[in-house]
Amino acid sequence: MAKSAYQNRIELVQGTLDMLVLKTLQWGEQHGYGISQAIRVSSNEVLQVETGSLYPALHRLERAGWVSAEWKKSDANQRAKFYKITMLGKKHLANDYERWGKMVATIEAIMSAKESAL
Amino acid sequence: MSLFDGRKKELNEEIESHLRMAAADRVAAGATPEDARRDAMREFGNVPLVADVTRERWGWLRMENLMQDLRYTWRTLKRERSFAAVAILILALGIGANVVVFSVVNTVLLRPLPFDHSQELAWIAGGGGVGGLSDVTYRTDSYEAFRDHNQSFRAVAGFVPFRAPDFKLTGYGEPKPVAGVWVMADFLQTLGIQPMLGRDFTAQEALPGSASVALLTYPYWKTQFHGDQSIVGRSITLDNMPVTVVGVLPPSFDFGSVFAPGTKTDLVRAIHPYDVRNYGHMFSLVGRLKPGVTPAQAQAEVSVLFPQMRDALKTQNWASDANTVITGLKEHVSGELRRSLIVLWCAVGMILLIVCVNLSNLLMARAAGRSKEFAMRTALGAGRGRIVRQLLTESLLLSSAGALLGLGLAFAAVMYLAHQGSLALPLLSEVRIDTASLLWTLAIAMVAAVLFGIVPAVRVSGINLQETLKDSGHGTSAGRKHQRIRSTLVVSEIALACVLLVGAGLLLRSFLKVMDVDLGFQPSHTAALPITFNATTDEQRGEVLHEMVRRVGDLPGVEATAFTDSLPLDRNRSWGLQAKGRTYPPDWNNDIYVSVVSPGFFRAMGIRIVAGRDFAWTDALKGTQVILINEATAKRDWPGQNPVGKIAVGVGRGETTVIGVVANVPESSVEKASTPQVYVPVTQSNDLADQLLIVRSSLPLDSLAPSVMSTLRSMNPGQPATTFRTLDSVVDHSTSPRRFFAVLVGIFAGLGLLLASLGIYGVISYAVTRQTQEIGVRMALGATRERVQMGVISRTLRMAVIGIAVGTVASFVVAKTISTMLFGTEPTDPVTFVGVAVLLLGVAFVAGYLPARRAARIDPMVALRSE
Repeated sequence: MAKSAYQNRIELVQGTLDMLVLKTLQWGEQHGYGISQAIRVSSNEVLQVETGSLYPALHRLERAGWVSAEWKKSDANQRAKFYKITMLGKKHLANDYERWGKMVATIEAIMSAKESAL
Repeated sequence: MSLFDGRKKELNEEIESHLRMAAADRVAAGATPEDARRDAMREFGNVPLVADVTRERWGWLRMENLMQDLRYTWRTLKRERSFAAVAILILALGIGANVVVFSVVNTVLLRPLPFDHSQELAWIAGGGGVGGLSDVTYRTDSYEAFRDHNQSFRAVAGFVPFRAPDFKLTGYGEPKPVAGVWVMADFLQTLGIQPMLGRDFTAQEALPGSASVALLTYPYWKTQFHGDQSIVGRSITLDNMPVTVVGVLPPSFDFGSVFAPGTKTDLVRAIHPYDVRNYGHMFSLVGRLKPGVTPAQAQAEVSVLFPQMRDALKTQNWASDANTVITGLKEHVSGELRRSLIVLWCAVGMILLIVCVNLSNLLMARAAGRSKEFAMRTALGAGRGRIVRQLLTESLLLSSAGALLGLGLAFAAVMYLAHQGSLALPLLSEVRIDTASLLWTLAIAMVAAVLFGIVPAVRVSGINLQETLKDSGHGTSAGRKHQRIRSTLVVSEIALACVLLVGAGLLLRSFLKVMDVDLGFQPSHTAALPITFNATTDEQRGEVLHEMVRRVGDLPGVEATAFTDSLPLDRNRSWGLQAKGRTYPPDWNNDIYVSVVSPGFFRAMGIRIVAGRDFAWTDALKGTQVILINEATAKRDWPGQNPVGKIAVGVGRGETTVIGVVANVPESSVEKASTPQVYVPVTQSNDLADQLLIVRSSLPLDSLAPSVMSTLRSMNPGQPATTFRTLDSVVDHSTSPRRFFAVLVGIFAGLGLLLASLGIYGVISYAVTRQTQEIGVRMALGATRERVQMGVISRTLRMAVIGIAVGTVASFVVAKTISTMLFGTEPTDPVTFVGVAVLLLGVAFVAGYLPARRAARIDPMVALRSE
């Protein structure tokens, strides 16, 4: 991986990883590697999920009951641990998404009002 | 932990599958399998670290880490036995001292008295609660009036605090003395004490003419009657009279430890106030407040009630009663000790601080040597938090081991203290290691672990990874910073030790000053022996005693002997005395301590006769009534006159003539100015508080005892087998609380000094070791050995001087706060301050000299070649 490609990436905003993971799992069950690839691809290579954040997050979500996990064979016939979103997880995702929307709107309001206010 | 082995394996598999899939994708994109694998690994990052932080989400990891840390610590400490041993020993001393003092503080200050609902109990004392026993006690009539008219107390009961002559127990071998105390029939009930065996006194049993009854204390029952339960209901012979034992008191009730510290009680007998109606002030009173009534409310009531009763009853001798003070019983028992104990508590707190600083220093030194180990662990994926936790686990393990050992030491010390029956400190016999002490131990072990562990842990974990791995550490900035922190720690250690030493020095000087007080009598080589004698008439008493004094006085080795009914610094009683014909103001305090003595008493005691003459055996019962007074009385009642030949009233029968003046002798405390005293000849008074024979001897008193005893036996076969009580021990008993505190604070200060010197030595020694190369270079460049040695020593002394300066300033503040505990010593006492500074400098010099000598012996060639 070239160094410049790294620099174009954005660090994930605190607390958004859970949301992204849950959203990715809404398309169907997936293993850790698949999730990280999916987020990278769907963000046009802008978002990079560190494994040091992803795996703790997955294990935390599992503990919270928002995802369930199962060992299965992957498409490439590899044994992998697949994560699946639960009903509870879906509710949590809806909640998170709503909060996220509000936050973005609020920040946007502040940012755009800045010029005229000053 | 096996619990997680399955899950750990699963996590590893999960990570492995991630890597395999990532590699497979890269192979599919055209990379070679080796490149693909390497690239996938690089993208994934630090595998063990990811596994570690992921495992932490499981929640149980903390526990697992702890076990791992403990195992690791155990291995490390096993490798460094001597370090562990020193650390644990230091901690044990610090924690042990804290546990002992806490146990005492807890018993004396914090824990309620060992009585039922003890917070309801109040101490009722006349004379403003101060002064001699006769001032703070009550007459029968005022007790009765108070008991019947007050609204605040559910019950008021009393005991006789005046020292009664020991009873004589017969029928169990040789006659034996028995220490008894007279209490009102409802005294135990008021305190909420239930006999362990048998029953309490009944109201009838205390009526005049009823059979005599007694309750045995638990220790006396165990030793004298071997715990025989059938003793209850049986009769024993006390002073040739049958007394029925109605019960045995519980082991938890130690009368002496609460009401008369430093004395033992064998049995309790019921007295009825009627019997002593005409004895004057007799009773110390304890009351049980009604629910919801505070001592302050009771105080408000008695402040009005007593003067009213005095006016209504028109009784004389009520002056002291009118000024009655109500205090909580707990406050009365331990109030005087509060300040001393808090000082002691602070002293051990400082010891603990010094211990922590010391340990911090040791750990820093050790950690510096281990920096590579930690850098390696960090490189292998240990987070900073994990390293800090690891180091804190080490300190926790050390402090736990120290606490355990310290608890053992404390247990022994507390056992020892609890059996110091002669120490005049209340509740001391109740001191023990209880749940509160154990919790306290746990708490200080934790606090200590964090205190001494946190600085090294944070310092070490913050070390720059690459620097440390690259550099061998000699003379690096991290090393310098280390050294600075360690020097600061040593300076604070010296400052703390300085404060402790100054405090201890001031208390010790006070103690020496107390020991130096002119007692007015010479206690050495003199002892008192409780005696009994057979005299049926007043005339006979003089003859019998004269004969006894003559016979004992003739024994070889006896220099002087005399009879007295009281000893200085022991329990006392007072009467009233006035100069005849002098008009006194209405509120005049005419209290005077009284002793009934035989001729020769002043010579036997070594009390100087200032004017006039001693009593003579010819001062007969029916002759002129004579007294001797002390200088304080002369000053009070005949100011500016020669009292010899003057007439006094109030003491004895009618008018008495002053035939002499003697030196002042302390009555209740060596530290208080002497108050008026009067001496009455035993030939003219039968009002004896006790019966003692004073013997002054040129021979060791023990060797004299058999011949004195056989002489007494030959005169009176009923003489109980008693032992000499040396006057030195009487003085010791009186000064024992001060000695107790001075010795304890002294021990703590010594401990502080030792720890501080260890700290100085450790730091300097370590610095020399680290700078071996540097010193080698300097010596190779021409520095002389003396110069190197001086350099090390001056560095040590610099730390010491800063520490002493800081400590001296702090000591001034501390000395001010303990100024009321000092006697004849200014809180700014220059001798103490200068002495402590010199002592600390000397110790610092020695502690620095040893490593300095080592530095001077460094062979430059060897030093340069190493590493």
